[in-house]
Amino acid sequence: MSSTDAAVDERIKETSKLRKALIRPELGAIVGTIAVFAFFIIFAGDSGMFNAQGVLNWSTVSAQFMIIAVGACMLMIAGEFDLSVGSMIGFAGMSIALISVTLQWPIWVAILLTFALCTAVGALNGIIVVRTGLPSFIVTLAFLFILRGFTIFFPQLIERRTIIGGISERAEGDWLAPLFGGKIGNGLFNWLAEMELIGVFTRGNRMGEPIVDGIPMLIVWAIGLMIVAHIVLTRTQFGNWIFASGGDAQAARYVGVPVNRVKIQMFMFTAFCACVFATCQVMEFGSAGADRGLLKEFEAIIAVVIGGALLTGGYGSVVGAALGALIFGVVQQGLFFAGVESSLFRVFLGVILLFAVILNTYIRRIITGER
Amino acid sequence: MKTTIKTLAVSAVAATALLGAGTAMAEGERYVLVSHAPDSDSWWNTIKNGLALAGEQMDVTVEYRNPPTGDLADMARIIEQAAASGPNGIITTLADPDVLSGPIRAAVESGIDVIIINSGTPDAARGLGALMYVGQPEYDAGFAAGQRAAGDGVSSFLCVNHYISSPSSTERCQGFADGLGVDLGNQMIDSGQDPSEIQNRVTAYLNANPDTDAVLTLGPTSADPTILALEQIGLAGEIYFGTFDLGGDIVNAIRDGVIQWGIDQQPFLQAYLPVVVMTNYHRYGVLPGNNINSGPGFVTADALDLVAELAGEYR
Repeated sequence: MSSTDAAVDERIKETSKLRKALIRPELGAIVGTIAVFAFFIIFAGDSGMFNAQGVLNWSTVSAQFMIIAVGACMLMIAGEFDLSVGSMIGFAGMSIALISVTLQWPIWVAILLTFALCTAVGALNGIIVVRTGLPSFIVTLAFLFILRGFTIFFPQLIERRTIIGGISERAEGDWLAPLFGGKIGNGLFNWLAEMELIGVFTRGNRMGEPIVDGIPMLIVWAIGLMIVAHIVLTRTQFGNWIFASGGDAQAARYVGVPVNRVKIQMFMFTAFCACVFATCQVMEFGSAGADRGLLKEFEAIIAVVIGGALLTGGYGSVVGAALGALIFGVVQQGLFFAGVESSLFRVFLGVILLFAVILNTYIRRIITGER
Repeated sequence: MKTTIKTLAVSAVAATALLGAGTAMAEGERYVLVSHAPDSDSWWNTIKNGLALAGEQMDVTVEYRNPPTGDLADMARIIEQAAASGPNGIITTLADPDVLSGPIRAAVESGIDVIIINSGTPDAARGLGALMYVGQPEYDAGFAAGQRAAGDGVSSFLCVNHYISSPSSTERCQGFADGLGVDLGNQMIDSGQDPSEIQNRVTAYLNANPDTDAVLTLGPTSADPTILALEQIGLAGEIYFGTFDLGGDIVNAIRDGVIQWGIDQQPFLQAYLPVVVMTNYHRYGVLPGNNINSGPGFVTADALDLVAELAGEYR
């Protein structure tokens, strides 16, 4: 008997390489991404969608979706939902505005306090879910209203308005703010403009400067979060715990997985992602509004589902969710470029969602062999 | 077989005609209007119609875009993207200068002409390098309405604010309070956008504050449910009722005497005039020398017929 024969375990069913390549959760999202880009290159190729300004536009929108989709994806794999993401975005932004502008505390204190506050609310969400055994759908729905209510109430009570500006002035010279609102690669884009590869402003006091002068930190955060989450999920013991908690919580408990702790941590991570989104937005625009982040929770869930995750937990991929966010962003902005009536965007969104779910269900049946 | 050839020939001709039309359109100027209104706000229909009519009459391509949920941060992205698509001009509102001035200034500086409509002020528009401002100065309109109501003997009021996140909505209420010469205080409620919620909140407020003299609504979104609420609690026609903006139900209520006056900011002009102004500017280099005030105009029960006929469409 040779050593190679011994390495083959007869208990493991043999699968062909092609089949292995096909049965990945992100397959649907990969196919979708290719299809969406092909579609828009054909129908909106010369509309400015693929010039530097256009690319930056849909990348930024996709990155926004990606940040909250990564959190929602990890949580969904752990078997829970968070419907309070959108309200959390509004809440976090308003918290930064109130602390920095109204209380006049430094921006970095405002950001750190807000992150602490948001992850604490995330933990509270998680603790209520695991202690009461109620569906996370209901618990986080409650927080959707609670957080949104506070986001409107406090600024009105304190400042008598619901949009608080002046954060840009407060953020000047702060050490932490550029990490969220800054841009990187300025030199590269100046060079590109000198080589006449990208457009420059033709008038005004920024004449001669490139129209795109850097990559927003928002995009850097999105890619960073995706990579970290992907490594944690696929390469660590903790990642296995997340899958186990969402797959079958009871079975996971029997083999010693701290299911409750994992779930609470995932709620905190989702809140953290929402807070990153809000901080980037507030630092970029310099104001916080009570209506920010409306319906973003569903956009996050849609991106995750397009990315191949299972609504019931235990199955999914962060890369898939990120691609789902990319599809979402490209479709949303691309339809405008292609000149489609903007009210039809939701129709397209629904159709894509439906297709993605059908395709993903089919892929999952192949994997699990269920009928 | 013959029919097949015929069909082929006909479709070939049709295709050529379509292609011809396509190139003719491509020569025309292209203007994009970006609003801040959520999909659910019916008032903006007039803007859409005015825009389409101007596009037709001036033979230019016009597009209407808005953030589906009314999220102003999304609107900033839409303006950036409209600029990236390289139109001849952008017509947009300045619902929140903090969020929108960056993208608008970037559009102006990349060589696109911009006209600010609806929300914003002439000063803010000039500061951004826009060609002009077309709209109704909100605080002034509220102030004028407040003075009118004070003349009619009003001393307390309820302002039903259905779009509390927009500073210009609050300015209307503040202007009205200042015009009356009273403190705004708690007389403004955040009603939300849902009709039955608005109805319930108005009912609740008026029950809790029975000595309220007047109701001020900020558009059809809050006016229509408020009319229902007043009918339900038997105050329709009893309480002094004024509203911003017009709509089908508002016009009927003015005729029935439930609403004393509507402030028409004539949104039609806000969409129509910028297209006309910019087209003539781009074709012949002519530009009016000042901002254009599209309102306020008070619509009362007198001379209501033309308004009634076109309410919700062009008025």
